[in-house]
Amino acid sequence: MNGSIWVLIEDQDGVPSATSLELISAAHNFVEKVSGFAFSTNPTGLSKALEHFGVERLYAVTADQSSLPGVVLSHALAQVLTQGSELPRALLCAQSYTGRDTLARLSVKLDVPVLTNVVNLIEVDDDLRAEHQIFGGEEVASSQFTHPGLRLFGVRAKSFVPKETPSKEVVIENVTVEGIGLSDSAKVVSTHSEERLGPKLDEAAVVVAGGRGLGQAENFLFIEELAKLLNAAPGASRAIVDAGWVPYSYQVGQTGKTVKPNLYIAIGISGATQHMVGMKGSKNIIAVNKDKDAPIFQIADLGVVGDAHKVLPKLIEALKQR
Amino acid sequence: MNIAVCVKQIPDPAAPGRLAPESFNLIREGKLVMDDSDAYGVEMALQLVDAAGGGDVTLVSMAPNGETSGLRTALAMGAARAVLVSDERLAGSDALSTAKVLAAAIRRNPFDLVITATESTDGYTGTVPVQIAEILGVAAVSFVKKVTLTGTRALIERQTESGYDEIVSELPLVISVTAGVVEPRYPSFKGIMAAKSKPIESLSLDDLGLDDSNVGGSGAREMVVALRQAEARQGGQVIEDDGEAYAKIVEYLKELKVV
Ligand SMILES: Cc1cc2nc3c(=O)[nH]c(=O)nc-3n(C[C@H](O)[C@H](O)[C@H](O)COP(=O)(O)OP(=O)(O)OC[C@H]3O[C@@H](n4cnc5c(N)ncnc54)[C@H](O)[C@@H]3O)c2cc1C
Ligand SMILES: Nc1ncnc2c1ncn2[C@@H]1O[C@H](COP(=O)(O)O)[C@@H](O)[C@H]1O
Repeated sequence: MNGSIWVLIEDQDGVPSATSLELISAAHNFVEKVSGFAFSTNPTGLSKALEHFGVERLYAVTADQSSLPGVVLSHALAQVLTQGSELPRALLCAQSYTGRDTLARLSVKLDVPVLTNVVNLIEVDDDLRAEHQIFGGEEVASSQFTHPGLRLFGVRAKSFVPKETPSKEVVIENVTVEGIGLSDSAKVVSTHSEERLGPKLDEAAVVVAGGRGLGQAENFLFIEELAKLLNAAPGASRAIVDAGWVPYSYQVGQTGKTVKPNLYIAIGISGATQHMVGMKGSKNIIAVNKDKDAPIFQIADLGVVGDAHKVLPKLIEALKQR
Repeated sequence: MNIAVCVKQIPDPAAPGRLAPESFNLIREGKLVMDDSDAYGVEMALQLVDAAGGGDVTLVSMAPNGETSGLRTALAMGAARAVLVSDERLAGSDALSTAKVLAAAIRRNPFDLVITATESTDGYTGTVPVQIAEILGVAAVSFVKKVTLTGTRALIERQTESGYDEIVSELPLVISVTAGVVEPRYPSFKGIMAAKSKPIESLSLDDLGLDDSNVGGSGAREMVVALRQAEARQGGQVIEDDGEAYAKIVEYLKELKVV
């Protein structure tokens, strides 16, 4: 394909988020020229990290730091896109908080639609088609745009593998945004992070996840203990996040994290479609559930029909003995 | 305090979904129900109006076939009235045209706050709420966990990847709320009876001054062109726990070299 593709780069503590790098590599499957677009306090740091991924240019947006990123980024993008001489063919954003907000506002500003929840991109007739998982990943639908214009895609995490390229300097282009107006009236006044020990949920080789079948919040301690023994990250279904047993950052699934570990252990999780789309890509799956008809067993490599309250303590004890 | 709550009416999520063979539109036959995700927004609106000591909760919904059963459920929870945009030409709408229609319906009445769910159960694009805000030209906060209103200001906790942000905004504002923010009430018998006589205003595209060149099926500028079965993941061995299943798990962990 001729032309360029732009990628929304999300700054995560000074470095590009893992998904940003995945999207850059995805873009390289179709075009040579890939540019990044970021709202960051540290564009030089970001550009250094992007040198190894073949990014030509980094549009670094400066704006009020307390503004919501989606408002700033969509405004800046519209500004650059309407002034720019050479327009990109497509913009790839992660299906994340910032990615969604940016795409939503930009789609209205440019009056072009967005294809969301993309898990794969395919070139057909010099255009990009997107694949989405539907019905819990049982079927894959391909969608395409029907009118000319910039292609906007919201891509799910871990859909592409990041690939390093020979290192090349990134040109930084500054974009200043001011006076956005009413839509910028929401301001972040403070940020709170929950401490998490052990490997990160979306990077761990092993994930031990618990669901409503644990019975009560205290029983999540078993999940944490098992996770510790296996050097795994603890995870959760939305049911117990909603119930307040564990923070949202533990959630696996459609609205939580997408994980693809070597091993996923699901305890007391039924296997709702929205949970499965977030963990179906795991290499190996173990499930413990007292209902032999639970949908999770349809994708488990080892399924144990049993009571979590009996199996878990014994398993933990056996692993401690080793 | 006037709050508009978006309520999507969807096919029963428990029933298996299907796409029409040629158009690939989601088949929406039979009775539609209120999307559970929107029950949180309705509950939050009722609580905020209560706390503000007055005001109205107006439901806004778009559905191609004049469907009101989902709206009746939300009215039974306590909302004052509903606006339904229903037009045959709306079948096959994409997220952007849905947002155009909902925004046009919302702006017919003064509002302080618009509440939606973060994503719908059947469409889950998650873009409609912020698209509505951009069309209305107001601020939006997505993934809201908590809201307190004082006068014309909202103090908000917004979920983030690693915790939450505290956000302050002037009204008017669009927020999308996550599941679990509040405990939605069950409609009481009295509520259900009262809902039967609450007003549902029905609007067409013409009433909203919109035409199908940029909304609805003919205005959608994206389409599903193919459908295929995903590679099925084979289930493996399923065993009953006879008290020794943990040993099988340990064995499997060894096989995978996890221990
Ligand atoms: C728009 C939308 C987005 C969503 N996003 C997500 C998401 O990102 N992630 C997610 O997880 N969900 C998501 N959901 C929710 C999803 O539909 C399910 O409600 C949720 O995954 C169920 O969680 P669960 O399996 O823990 O609970 P349940 O479905 O209640 O299952 C509990 C299981 O535990 C078993 N059990 C009970 N007691 C025991 C015992 N003693 N020992 C062993 N097993 C036991 C039961 O047999 C049952 O199978 C979403 C829903 C919607 C509508
Ligand atoms: N047709 C509709 N009628 C009313 N509200 C809707 C409609 N479509 C979307 N919404 C609202 O927007 C939210 C996000 O929808 P979506 O972008 O489809 O995931 C939903 O949860 C609803 O609150």
